[in-house]
Amino acid sequence: MHDPHLITITVNGTEHEVLTESRHTLADLLRELGYTGTHLGCEHGICGACTVLVDGVPARGCLVFGVQADGREVRTVEGLADGGELSDLQRAFAEHHGLQCGFCTPGFLMLAEAFLAENPAPTRAEIREVVASNLCRCTGYQGIVDAIEDVAGKRAGAADTGTSRP
Amino acid sequence: MTWVGKALARKEDHRLLRGRGRFTADVRRTGLLHAAFARSPVAAARIGAVRAPDTRAVHAVFDAESLGCADVLATLHRPEFVSTPMPVLARDRVRYAGEPFAIVLAEDAYTAEDGAELIAVAQEPLEALASMCAALAGEPIHEGLTANTFLDVFPFEDPDIDRVFADAYTVELEFRSARVAALPMEGRACLAEWDERDEQLVVTVSTQVPHQVRTAIAESLWLPERQVRVLAPDVGGGFGLKCVVGREEIAVAAAAYRTGRAIAWSEDRVENLTASFHGHEQRHLVRAAFDEQGRLLALDADIRCDVGAYSVFPFTSGVEPLMAATELPGAYRVPRYRARARGIATNKPPTAPYRGVSRPQIVAVMEGLMTEAGRVLGIDPVEVRRRNLITEFPYTGVNGITYDPGSYTESLDRCAELLAGEERGPLRGIGFACFNERTGYGTEAFAARKMEFTPGYEIANARMDPSGTVTVITGTSAHGQGHETTLAQVTADRLGLHPDQVRVRQGDTEATPYGWGTFGSRSAMIGGSAVRSAADRLADRIRRIAAHLLEVTEEEIELSDGKALGRDNSITLADLARLSHFQAHRLPKGVEFGLEVQAGFDVSGSGTFSNATHGVVVELDPETGAVRIPRYVVVEDCGTVLNPSIVDGQVRGGVAQGIGAALYERLHYEESGQPEVASLMDYLAPTAQEIPDIEIHHLETPCLFNETGAKGMGEGGTIGAPAAVLNAVNDALSHTGVRISEIPIRAETIQRALEGACTIRT
Repeated sequence: MHDPHLITITVNGTEHEVLTESRHTLADLLRELGYTGTHLGCEHGICGACTVLVDGVPARGCLVFGVQADGREVRTVEGLADGGELSDLQRAFAEHHGLQCGFCTPGFLMLAEAFLAENPAPTRAEIREVVASNLCRCTGYQGIVDAIEDVAGKRAGAADTGTSRP
Repeated sequence: MTWVGKALARKEDHRLLRGRGRFTADVRRTGLLHAAFARSPVAAARIGAVRAPDTRAVHAVFDAESLGCADVLATLHRPEFVSTPMPVLARDRVRYAGEPFAIVLAEDAYTAEDGAELIAVAQEPLEALASMCAALAGEPIHEGLTANTFLDVFPFEDPDIDRVFADAYTVELEFRSARVAALPMEGRACLAEWDERDEQLVVTVSTQVPHQVRTAIAESLWLPERQVRVLAPDVGGGFGLKCVVGREEIAVAAAAYRTGRAIAWSEDRVENLTASFHGHEQRHLVRAAFDEQGRLLALDADIRCDVGAYSVFPFTSGVEPLMAATELPGAYRVPRYRARARGIATNKPPTAPYRGVSRPQIVAVMEGLMTEAGRVLGIDPVEVRRRNLITEFPYTGVNGITYDPGSYTESLDRCAELLAGEERGPLRGIGFACFNERTGYGTEAFAARKMEFTPGYEIANARMDPSGTVTVITGTSAHGQGHETTLAQVTADRLGLHPDQVRVRQGDTEATPYGWGTFGSRSAMIGGSAVRSAADRLADRIRRIAAHLLEVTEEEIELSDGKALGRDNSITLADLARLSHFQAHRLPKGVEFGLEVQAGFDVSGSGTFSNATHGVVVELDPETGAVRIPRYVVVEDCGTVLNPSIVDGQVRGGVAQGIGAALYERLHYEESGQPEVASLMDYLAPTAQEIPDIEIHHLETPCLFNETGAKGMGEGGTIGAPAAVLNAVNDALSHTGVRISEIPIRAETIQRALEGACTIRT
């Protein structure tokens, strides 16, 4: 059952020209390209471990076909850190024990990254509501919510004092 | 300055946060084939020949005969247990819907799944026994069984117990808990390949127990263990699901051995929910005798566990019933005790020791009895608990267990005090669960179960390289618990190093000493002690060398801040390490070559008990029957805390799983044995909307007989939550006269109870 398509996809700023089967999901395509930080937890759109940003909007990598990302900009967890330097969001996850096994973590990070871009000053209840989009089986979510709240607060503080966002 | 006790940031996080972890499915090989399994669509049938699909897309298909593996056999050496083999691929007969009968290999996972769908097998349906009642009345599902009980045991008898009940207040309880899924976010996965140079089958597996996987694969393929190497890279959660060996893992390894090709398999979520391992499906019929002051006089329990169709390796199908019967008295003084426990075989997937293993159930039973006794006798249920808790330690119970010191009453009092100001009334209730948890079972404790494979001890190596950094290698196998951090903290303190100078390695049967992996809240308690002993041995050797070089006595040497300090002189450990390796002629006479040592640790007796009290406030929505949790308090005691943020994380995650089991999670089966739950649309794992912030308070009663003072605490959260939530919901329903004794508590049940008590709405 072969139906290959040649597509162009930009991942974390790098353009890839790639032949992909029409039925292969974006998550599988990304993993085949070596972006294995995008994890598959359920492959039916519930757990959100495979959440990536497509043109800045969070998407379940398991519910999008690779071919649908033709010509799009995709951002994955590998695109968050600046080399070895963690982003403020990644640091906050570590500081607040927002991860244990780390399997669901890339999905939560990408979800939070897009959420904070859209709503830079969320309430804790709003954060909980968004965090409820994805599943984590290790942490009980508190550390994840704490981390996102902390980043929102720090970014707001940095914006108030006019310093640039880290 | 000590590192133990500090909330040190985890060493694991840097890679995991950047998507640079290495989970099993991230490992790839050129020429890799992907496996998929053809699985039985029905719960019970005789099967005939497997017909492979006529398509070139599929590289190979193996059935039981062509794969040629020995059956998996998990055995308890006790007369009440019947050993039954589990074939790696079903042969002649299938015993649950989802049971694999063929493995298909193809160039990619999509094509392999296509191939699995095209495989046909002749079937002659048999009557499916999908409940414990049906199973007890039906024909045995295995040859060798005379009834569908793998285990039927009366571990505690008391011929006079009925007389005690005759003269006492009796409280009866029928408690049920649904079959649930451990649901690690990473399903099971493996990659197997034959390494010609080492003449070795190398199998990367998402597992908690690498050495036990090695044994199962080696025995199934009649290979010496040397010819199998098992690697566990980053593991995306396990919760007990991955502390048993999956037949798929053996099948993939066997297929790689037969074909000489590298083969990968990743379980999808449908397989994880319907065809891996489940847990916690139990029914307890219990009566307790109390005197009028609320003192427990006797306990009489009939415990039934639906353990599914097979006995799992290495723990066997006896793990749930034996745990439940042995540990039921829990934190309480129980003068007389009688119990019967059964592991019942049904046409459903086998069960594994899922987090908590029977303790969530027995704690729900005991806490239900205490609450009910309080109601019957007109005594505050917290006071009933107080009157019955073990208060003097060590205490040897009627179950033969010796309980080491804990803070049972203190935790209860503290928790009750913290919730004292909370309002109660119709629709708003408070529930408590006070319990202990046996952790760090040593060899002696496991030997009492009479397992063929008796876990218990742990071994660690500590090695300082010529640059002065330390590698600790041990057989525990973390999958989210942060051992790379905590074990480095333990080691750093003993050697006067920074934890960044200590690297912890696990998950490679070739590199680590023989080990039992990570399960049963054993790793900090036993594994941590082995690591500390090894670090001490290394420190001893370093002191001996330093004393010689600095011309002082060994006793005068202090290891601190990366240096060995003498009287008024010192040498850095980096210099000492370099010299020890490169200029051995300068070492004192008689000292062993190299800076590498090994130490083991085991616990004798019953093990050590951590304890906790959970207190929860719930609010019921009369419209929907939904349960909201505005407040959840844990007062816990796990002895010496190695890393508080890791401990708190374990508690919170455990409570979340316990709340899931209490309110949402349920793997339901039709009478025909068909699973009704096959996706996360149906299996309601709790999200951040259902799980509240958890307030945690610590008490600290160190373990007296290990090296670290730490008691295990990986399961306590899951153990306490169902009981606390159940009691709180019943408290909120107290005006209705309805008492629920089944988990998950279903919204319809609450709704119906509230509709019955119609006056409360006005």
